[in-house]
Amino acid sequence: MSDNKPKVAFYWCASCGGCEEAVVDLNEGLLDVAAAVDIVLWPVALDFKYSDVEALRDGDIAVAFVNGAIRTDEQAHIARLLRRKAGLIVAFGSCAHTGGIPGLANLTTKEKIFETSYLKSPTVDNPEKTIPVTKTTVDGVDATLPGFWTQVHTLDQLIDVDYYLPGCPPMPNSIVDAVTAILEGKLPPKGAVIGSKKALCDTCTRTKPVKPTLHERFYLPHEIDVDPEVCFLEQGVICCGPATRGGCGEKCIQGNMPCTGCYGTLDGVTDQGAKLVSAIAAYIDGDSAIEVKKAVATILDPAGTFYRYGVPASQLFKKEAMEVTK
Amino acid sequence: MAEVKLLTFVCNWCSYGGADQAGGLKIEYPSGVRLVKVMCSGRVDPQLILQGFRKGADGVLVLGCHPGDCHYKSGNYSAQKRMLLLEPLLAQFGIESDRFQLNWVSAGEGERFGKVVNEMYNKVAALGPLKLTDSAVKEETA
Ligand code: SF4
Ligand code: SF4
Ligand code: SF4
Ligand code: FES
Repeated sequence: MSDNKPKVAFYWCASCGGCEEAVVDLNEGLLDVAAAVDIVLWPVALDFKYSDVEALRDGDIAVAFVNGAIRTDEQAHIARLLRRKAGLIVAFGSCAHTGGIPGLANLTTKEKIFETSYLKSPTVDNPEKTIPVTKTTVDGVDATLPGFWTQVHTLDQLIDVDYYLPGCPPMPNSIVDAVTAILEGKLPPKGAVIGSKKALCDTCTRTKPVKPTLHERFYLPHEIDVDPEVCFLEQGVICCGPATRGGCGEKCIQGNMPCTGCYGTLDGVTDQGAKLVSAIAAYIDGDSAIEVKKAVATILDPAGTFYRYGVPASQLFKKEAMEVTK
Repeated sequence: MAEVKLLTFVCNWCSYGGADQAGGLKIEYPSGVRLVKVMCSGRVDPQLILQGFRKGADGVLVLGCHPGDCHYKSGNYSAQKRMLLLEPLLAQFGIESDRFQLNWVSAGEGERFGKVVNEMYNKVAALGPLKLTDSAVKEETA
């Protein structure tokens, strides 16, 4: 391994693997990147040991791309280790950026999750009612598991993050833009989300009148015949475009599905869900509380709809004064 | 009952007048009621409400002109739509509906102002301080 190529690490925390897949999907682009850098950790693809990383000098890794949210002791340990060893930490994808799909678990409790997964699920056969513990002794041998936290956290609630790459997963063009910016040293100010500064609606080509059309109820996409030329919100289907950062190429919209908000929100917005509440409320018909409540009741899971990828990043969860590992 | 903070937004054209009149009438209400004057209830972005909760409010009350009386015609109707959309969402985060209310107080309704804030304050006080989720750092089991 040559020493003058920048060292790069990829790591996954509470992740579905989709972000790893997104890197592999770069195809030939990946080969260019792989030739330009020296990969020192990539558990999904290559066999490295944590001890190899521990043996590196602090700051020796040029950039570590971390995907997935934080929920276990092991994830926290490696994230902190990478923070020490890497010059730049990039939160890669929605889960690391805002908590992502795993973050929805913050709307329930650890106890309920364990109960469903290990005791009640129809496919589970667990007569001894065993649930995971951090340490147990089997035949005189100690076996350990990483502790499972009560809440899911974003990466920056645990460690200092230099850049964010949004998306579930980030689109290839977003990844290439970010990697190029890093390799060429053309980086935005620290803490920035690498991506568009515009809302998805700004580049969406669907038609919509200046004044929103008011609705007495909302629909799921399969409940109506969606006109592929017309704005979803105009048709009464919740679309997160108004409060979502553009840059994905309107992927879902092009597939005739509304945006669910994976690119996170725009600079200057303190809360994606709250911003969406304003945007969607403007489409509700009704001056009386009763009429409005009827329309609202047709949105079945408001928290899951407005914070699909960002429950842990919500103002209602974010811990401002948290001790962050620098 | 616990001491709590009730963040209360009052619109410039009606509810602030109501609060002013309540003052003139020497109507008492707890010091935990913190007034913030805004031009219109329609100005109260849901982001402000969540920031209020984040920064230590145990309850949020938004007061505007009665329906039909908003200085900007429809600001209070917009506020109503947002608040009613926010309510089930807050419930999913475990925030009780008593911590959160939109109501109407006109400039001549000093007494009504006192009644609305006192009733809401007492409800929030009965629930006690709002606890939002805490630090990850404390969570480590290892
Ligand atoms: S951001 Fe999406 S694709 Fe990436 S790990 Fe999370 S759930 Fe998977
Ligand atoms: S709300 Fe959705 S469909 Fe409508 S313009 Fe915005 S992104 Fe396009
Ligand atoms: S349309 Fe929305 S949900 Fe779909 S990829 Fe783009 S940002 Fe993500
Ligand atoms: S000015 Fe009072 S609610 Fe709009």
